[in-house]
Amino acid sequence: MGVSDTSASTADAVQAPPAPPPPGRGRPARTVALLVLLLALVAAVFASLAIGSKPVALGDVLAALTGSREGDAVVVRDLRLPRTVLGLLVGLALGAAGAVAQDITRNPLGDPGLIGVSAGAAFAVAAGIGLFSLTHSYQYIWFAFLGGALAGLLAYTVGGTGYGGATPAKLALAGAAVTLFLGSFTSALVLLDVNTLDQYRSWAVGSLAGRDAALGPQLAPFVVIGLVLAIALSGRLNALALGDDLATTLGAKVRTTRALGAVAVIVLTGAAVAAAGPVTFVGLVIPHLVRAVTGPDARWLIPCSALGGGVLLLTADVIGRVVARPGELEAGVITAVIGAPFLAVMVKRGKLREHTR
Amino acid sequence: MSRTGAPPKPWTRTGPRTALTAEAGPLGLRVPVRVATTVLALLLAGFAAFTASVSLGTYAIPPGDVLGALFGYGDGAADLVVHKLRLPRALTAVLAGLAFGMAGAVYQAVTRNPLASPDLIGISAGAGAGAVATILFGGVTAAGAGTFGAVPFGALGGALLTAAVIYAFAYRGGTITGYRFVLVGIAAAGALAALTRWMLARADIDQAARAMVWLTGSLNGRSWSHVAWVGWALLILVPLTFALARPYQLLQFDDSTALSLGMRLHRARVVLLIAATCLAAVATAVAGPVAFVALGAPQIARRVAGTAGVPLLTSGLMGAVLMLAADLAGRLVLAPTELPVGIVTGAVGAPYLLFLLARSNRAGRGG
Repeated sequence: MGVSDTSASTADAVQAPPAPPPPGRGRPARTVALLVLLLALVAAVFASLAIGSKPVALGDVLAALTGSREGDAVVVRDLRLPRTVLGLLVGLALGAAGAVAQDITRNPLGDPGLIGVSAGAAFAVAAGIGLFSLTHSYQYIWFAFLGGALAGLLAYTVGGTGYGGATPAKLALAGAAVTLFLGSFTSALVLLDVNTLDQYRSWAVGSLAGRDAALGPQLAPFVVIGLVLAIALSGRLNALALGDDLATTLGAKVRTTRALGAVAVIVLTGAAVAAAGPVTFVGLVIPHLVRAVTGPDARWLIPCSALGGGVLLLTADVIGRVVARPGELEAGVITAVIGAPFLAVMVKRGKLREHTR
Repeated sequence: MSRTGAPPKPWTRTGPRTALTAEAGPLGLRVPVRVATTVLALLLAGFAAFTASVSLGTYAIPPGDVLGALFGYGDGAADLVVHKLRLPRALTAVLAGLAFGMAGAVYQAVTRNPLASPDLIGISAGAGAGAVATILFGGVTAAGAGTFGAVPFGALGGALLTAAVIYAFAYRGGTITGYRFVLVGIAAAGALAALTRWMLARADIDQAARAMVWLTGSLNGRSWSHVAWVGWALLILVPLTFALARPYQLLQFDDSTALSLGMRLHRARVVLLIAATCLAAVATAVAGPVAFVALGAPQIARRVAGTAGVPLLTSGLMGAVLMLAADLAGRLVLAPTELPVGIVTGAVGAPYLLFLLARSNRAGRGG
């Protein structure tokens, strides 16, 4: 840091608009990346339908997709399909949210968990269980959504007031404070009542298993709205990368863009965390990986990150069903177990650029 | 790094107040008057909180009787409560708070990032995972049950192991940069938190509840053996950390300044981080991963003392006062129900940090 640090922060203000993409990150490479990710996503969806604790013949899997309910097809249709849909939605949401969060905070660690959204959702779920005796995940979702949104809003308001608006350091610090604040109330709720702890802990481990089938359809509108907003914003997010001063000079509405970006992050993360619990690393790792191929252009980064998130989460869920047979490992555990060493190795090898841009 | 957390700006919000300074001999540091006042105020506040902590509770003992009990003239009941229960608890709070505060200050200064506290970069998470594993699989009594079990050892082992892994991954080309350190730390924190949640989800519910109390950070039932444990460790670690005070100060400037002043940057950084990790690990081992103290104490201390960098001594004292006050509040607010200290530090400390952030933002001085 140090040397590179100071030079980088001044470079923010004076550097010209982004240079043309370096060789290998041009349009062809990006198109290839997008296609590969799409294919991988289709493969992951299929694997999620076909692989599970009960072996189902390939024919039955295909039959289930065409509407058959005979024999093992009913397992696929009634259990694996809703779970796959849920995993797909959660993965898309987390991947895209991570990319937008990193852009609006201009922070390579920008993760929905870091700006308080996950903590808010967790607190609201604990409160829902403890104070309102909720018992089903489709009831949690509204609490989690509201809690996540309010917590994100609080962090954003505090981090964004006054001089300089929502600068990266202020946002991250405010997010950490909100996380600690709500975390202590969550602890209090689960400590006061053993039943609350019992229910809360199975949500908090981060899993797609045993969720209500109605959750997917409930979740879908939010994920779609969030994704559309994120993609619609991507051009303006690019301007944000020039640094606040230059972006303003060039006529970009920095605060509006950042606020709308925050809305997208909050909607996407709120929905994802509500459904699956705090699944870590998808929002943090995927945008870093994708950026290595697509470069920093948000118009490519955001869609590709969404697809990558879907691939990672579905794959993690499938791995979790396979490795611990006849039991299961939760997807959240798998993403952490894969994600953390992966990120650490990338950092070690210096593959991650020190700045998002 | 400038994207990660603190660009150089926040650290230089107020210039050094060189006009009114005094030499504090052995450390060779110039101490501004405002810092000296802050230290004095914190010592007084700490003393008041300590006395209150020993005398207040379900069985209130007047301060006079506390003194009597301390010097062996108290009556039986007061003697017992003071010596067996309150004194070790208050001392554990002071020592753990001091260690958290100093650890946080060193981390934040060395990485030049206000977010780089043991809470957030995985040291506490490692301690938590180690302790939860000990509680769930070791068949030992949780520290809260009043026996000095294997839990602190589990926590210490978890924290040190985590720190070693973080160093190993952050170390490249003969150096550790703050950026890599924080990034790897966040990765470790996430993985360990997931691991802990998984262990909790699989465990027997009674044991999970006990582990949860520890994970929140509690001073309930701390005994003299806890005090001795953390006391001996700090006897070595605190002077060591202060002895490194000079490199500590220079690390807050950018690398080129420090290098041009002839510092062996990388070694100073690694040695300081190891010392700070041990401080955090020891504190976590006796009190659990208490939220906010390591993160908040240096930030509050910096703003109260009006220094450019993160003040080491002030941060430590601030940590001790925060722990004492939070533990006292947790015992009194909902009495006879007792709230673990970690809940209070999070619930009270975090809004205060938010308030500080909002206020300094309004004043246009940056975060």
